[in-house]
Amino acid sequence: MLNITVNGKAFEAPEGASVTDVVLSLKADPAKVVVERNREIVPKDAFGQTVVADGDEIEVIQFVGGG
Amino acid sequence: MEDKFVLGGVELTSRLFIGTGKYRSDDLIPKVAEASGSEVVTVAMRRVDAEHRGIMGHIPAHMRLLPNTSGARTAEEAVRLARIARAAGCGDWIKIEVINDTIRLLPDGYATAKATEILAKEGFTVLPYINPDLYVARACVDAGAACVMPLASPIGTNRGLRTKEMIAVLIDEMKVPVVVDAGIGRPSEACEAMEMGADACLVNTGIASARDAVEMARAFGMAVRAGRIAYLAGFGGSRTLEQGASASSPLTGFLR
Amino acid sequence: METFTEYWAACNDREAREQAIARTSAEDVAWALNKEQLEPADFLTLLSPAAAPYLENMAQRAKELTNRYFGRAVNIFTPLYISDVCTNHCRYCGFKVENKQKRTHLTVDEAYQEALAIWKQGFQDILLLTGEAPGISTPEYIASAVRRIKPLFASIGIEVYSLTDEQYALMVNAGVNNMTMFQETYNPELYKYLHPAGPKSVYEFRLDAPERAGRAGMRSLGLGALLGLEELWHDGFATGLHAWWLQRRFPGTDIGVSIPRICSHEGFFEIPHELDDRRFVQYVTALRIFLPRDTITCSSRESADMRNHLMQICVNRVSAGVSTAVGGRVKSTETPPQFDITDSRSVEQMMADIASFGYQPVIKDWEDPTCTSTAKAG
Repeated sequence: MLNITVNGKAFEAPEGASVTDVVLSLKADPAKVVVERNREIVPKDAFGQTVVADGDEIEVIQFVGGG
Repeated sequence: MEDKFVLGGVELTSRLFIGTGKYRSDDLIPKVAEASGSEVVTVAMRRVDAEHRGIMGHIPAHMRLLPNTSGARTAEEAVRLARIARAAGCGDWIKIEVINDTIRLLPDGYATAKATEILAKEGFTVLPYINPDLYVARACVDAGAACVMPLASPIGTNRGLRTKEMIAVLIDEMKVPVVVDAGIGRPSEACEAMEMGADACLVNTGIASARDAVEMARAFGMAVRAGRIAYLAGFGGSRTLEQGASASSPLTGFLR
Repeated sequence: METFTEYWAACNDREAREQAIARTSAEDVAWALNKEQLEPADFLTLLSPAAAPYLENMAQRAKELTNRYFGRAVNIFTPLYISDVCTNHCRYCGFKVENKQKRTHLTVDEAYQEALAIWKQGFQDILLLTGEAPGISTPEYIASAVRRIKPLFASIGIEVYSLTDEQYALMVNAGVNNMTMFQETYNPELYKYLHPAGPKSVYEFRLDAPERAGRAGMRSLGLGALLGLEELWHDGFATGLHAWWLQRRFPGTDIGVSIPRICSHEGFFEIPHELDDRRFVQYVTALRIFLPRDTITCSSRESADMRNHLMQICVNRVSAGVSTAVGGRVKSTETPPQFDITDSRSVEQMMADIASFGYQPVIKDWEDPTCTSTAKAG
């Protein structure tokens, strides 16, 4: 298992997990979120190929209501 | 009457921008959007978690998305949020909102101008939310802002056009559009801002907190239109003309 | 950056202005008088014949705005002509090169003696003038005179020929805080006719002089058209527009407008568009309504009666103790004046008269912080 941080919380991911897997585990739609991996934006079309590594900090961000 | 409103190279027919925060139910948003006639809608960005549900499913496809950087306390955080917003693939408009006083909720003009400069260079269409301060507004415009968004009163207060005189200064001085943002609680206040010559108004709480948000959105849409038409029609005034006879001409009676 | 010459050339549509003037109605005049911030088109409205019947309304509005922004106060200054040597051919001017009069060019010491006499009369705001002879009244000569008299005054202005950016910087460094430049006319063809030769014949170099001075850091800029050379809706309009444009280009700079009406001098000149008193007052009040924060200066070309009335409407800077002959104060001179003075009041008389109608005469409105004005009168 990999120990990573997702949205500020400790998170365990299986070896070889992709960004898509992390997003899906949050019950979010990969088409509607933006992901930062270690402060770098991961392009949407690279979610599937981007494999997370031990110690990664992942931010999964979405649009919410605001003014 | 031809009355084009162009912002960031985009021609808009409605001069009302609406927000998506604080609704009783997000299901109201499409109805509010339709009733208001608005074409620009603001959204915020948050981490995906159990309490925050995404808003995108509620926004009509034809509307232009205006993500804000709410939550940013520094220019750097605003820049980061702007880049994230763009990565979502919904265009390059960004409302810069930098607030680091959570009691007063007033925008930090210096940080806003700094973020504007960075983002304008990266090709964003930058709409900075500011206090109606002439120098901050100029700094933002010099940095490449597409418009300025002065607050009418502190955010979320529904207190109306408290900064009227200062907004009038910006309307007079700015070569970019002036979009009055924050604090407008009633359609009459939006109307007044438009009568003064503001280019547009952004209303969120004023609509979202109404008992009937959809009807209130309709009222705001009409008020913004009425104010604009009145501005273009030109106001008369209280001063009336008298063809002066010398007896009633204390200042010019000395002239033959 | 666009220059005023470019701006004016792009918007100077004589025919369109003439048509706009002809279309102007009383409603347009009321509209302009009710506005807080006038646009150039509103200013044109107030210069039109349609506004003429409402002169008292205009004067009331002008007075209200003047009181709001300046209070009941009038600044007093005096001019000092330090040289009437001139290489120009201005058809209307007493100093033109064709007038084979005796010329006087004060040395820096003589200029200081004149300035000392002026200072003893109580003045703190002085305007140095020269003819246009850059080889004789060189920029360095003018700067030297300024440096020499600087300890005596709170404010020193210059009204000399058009200078370059570097020369204006030299003036600012010497202690000049105000520059006045009369464009005379904003009609390029007429300008060419009136200034057929000499250094002044270059219209653009003169027209852009105020912005060069502004860039050099001059604290205040003064403008003026010589009224009577052109239609009011041409030159009067352009003067206001020039001030309006400069104000926007240099928001931190004070802009002033002078209102010289052409008057008699040595050498015949037929005035093409003579301005009667009513039209003159219409222009001055329109300027105030269009430019509520700008200083309006009225020289001693106008009569004491006209000046007294204008000060109670909207003029807020006047000259006193004027001599337009070089060296007129210390050494008696036979030099003929540039133009005839019609108001010859001394500074004491001027102050008493201003006080008599309930206004405050102001000798020192501001002091250049770099000035060493430590001299005490008496």
